[in-house]
Amino acid sequence: MNIFLLLFFIIWLGGWWINVRISNSQNVQLPRFIVPSLFGIVVLLMWELAVIGLQINPILLPAPSAIALKFSRSLDILWIDFVQTLVKGALSGYILGCSAAFLTAIAIDKFNFLKRGLLPLGNFISALPIVGMAPIFVMWFGFDWQSKCAIVVVMVYFPMLVNSVQGLELVDPSRQDLMRTYSASYTQTLIKLRLPSAMPFIFNGLKICSTLALIGAIVAEFFGSPIKGMGFRISSEVGRFALDMVWAEIFVAAVAGCLFYGLIALTEKRITFWHPSQQN
Amino acid sequence: MISVSNVNLTFETNDGPVNALRDVSLEVNEGDFVSFIGPSGCGKTTLLRVIAALETPTEGKVTVNNMIPDDARKAREYGYVFQAAGLYPWRTVSGNIKLPLEIMGYSASEKEDRTRKVIDLVELNGFEKKFPWQLSGGMQQRASIARALAFDANILLMDEPFGALDEIVRDRLNGELLNLWGRTGKTICFVTHSIPEAVFLSTKIVVMSPRPGRITDIIESPLPNNRDLDIRDSQEFIKIAQRVREGLKAGQTEDVF
Repeated sequence: MNIFLLLFFIIWLGGWWINVRISNSQNVQLPRFIVPSLFGIVVLLMWELAVIGLQINPILLPAPSAIALKFSRSLDILWIDFVQTLVKGALSGYILGCSAAFLTAIAIDKFNFLKRGLLPLGNFISALPIVGMAPIFVMWFGFDWQSKCAIVVVMVYFPMLVNSVQGLELVDPSRQDLMRTYSASYTQTLIKLRLPSAMPFIFNGLKICSTLALIGAIVAEFFGSPIKGMGFRISSEVGRFALDMVWAEIFVAAVAGCLFYGLIALTEKRITFWHPSQQN
Repeated sequence: MISVSNVNLTFETNDGPVNALRDVSLEVNEGDFVSFIGPSGCGKTTLLRVIAALETPTEGKVTVNNMIPDDARKAREYGYVFQAAGLYPWRTVSGNIKLPLEIMGYSASEKEDRTRKVIDLVELNGFEKKFPWQLSGGMQQRASIARALAFDANILLMDEPFGALDEIVRDRLNGELLNLWGRTGKTICFVTHSIPEAVFLSTKIVVMSPRPGRITDIIESPLPNNRDLDIRDSQEFIKIAQRVREGLKAGQTEDVF
């Protein structure tokens, strides 16, 4: 048995033992993030040792150190790809799609006949397979980020629409009656009652769509893109067996996705502080 | 002040029409404290909602301050207190009280003045900045009453406002409500299913019974307007309570179909 595998087991058992001790301890002063970060560090160390100890082919699984090295040497490319795919493609599509869905939801709420027409249509659009739509959108909107933005719009539109419509519908009837007794106008009721009470649903939609937008923008690049972008890079680097670069892109996508989601969740906490789900 | 004559209201449901109110007539004078009492399904809440223009009667005539109810609603002639306090959880107590004032377009200084005044009236001083979910049920209901009082309508419609509270809190709020009624001279319509509450509070008790919802008895209370909780042990109080109970019983056995 080689020394790396021995270390592998020592670190595994050691990390396990420490984390169990921390989890069970009554010491409340330890920050909450200690257990998950310790877990992450141990997994990375085990990964590194296993790759070296078992001499795993870097095409199958590069060591974390190799990925980190590739990452630090390719910061410029990663940044270009990040801007191209996540900022230009995903974020613009996310903002466009979510706002369009939100405005549609308000229209549906105001004019009931739209509900019967637009909801099934939204359902239909969301059922379109992304792998079929992506090449068509490339034809329509060109190779650059605009076609990715369009794909993301199609992907996020329906979940956002359904959540917003539901939120606007589920208003407590006696609160609605209260507004009637004040003889409040439609707009007053919308702004002072229905939008605030729909916020938990709207944020659910925004959170679901944040991950969809990321996936959509990356996958859409597989069907035609300029020579930059995360999806383009992943597919071309796989072809060159440069899996360390693929992993570096995955790392960027994961970190950006988590940060984006976290930002939305944080905003949600500030805006819907009154909702039971936000209170301990 | 409020006049209801020969009102019928039928709800169309999946199980066929439901006769929620049949041939209901009632006069409420200025400064009255009127209670509607009866078992569930007797139409007491429906009657209150008809007065508030939240329901439209199938037949009959209703006037509120010499207007049809919907005009009275638009003229903001009444404040309505719901069974569930229905405060907006994203607003503080004073934010909730300001809600009707914002909708009705009061100036900022007037909003402050009126809010302070009604907070004094319901004794919620010191809780202005709290959110509804930080308050007890009794306090929430007080805030809800303050909200209904804020724009100073001279009619107050209350739908079982203390129904969800325990008896000790309810007794206290009953006393406070009487006090408030005495000081403001409002006309109050009050829905309840508690006999002692109805007798203790009211100058006029409307006894109702179900299937179809109708009035079985209207009792003008001989009790003085100025009362405290001890009055509940007096002979007159017990006599009125008995009459209410008999009215409720009569409604139960009477076969109308």
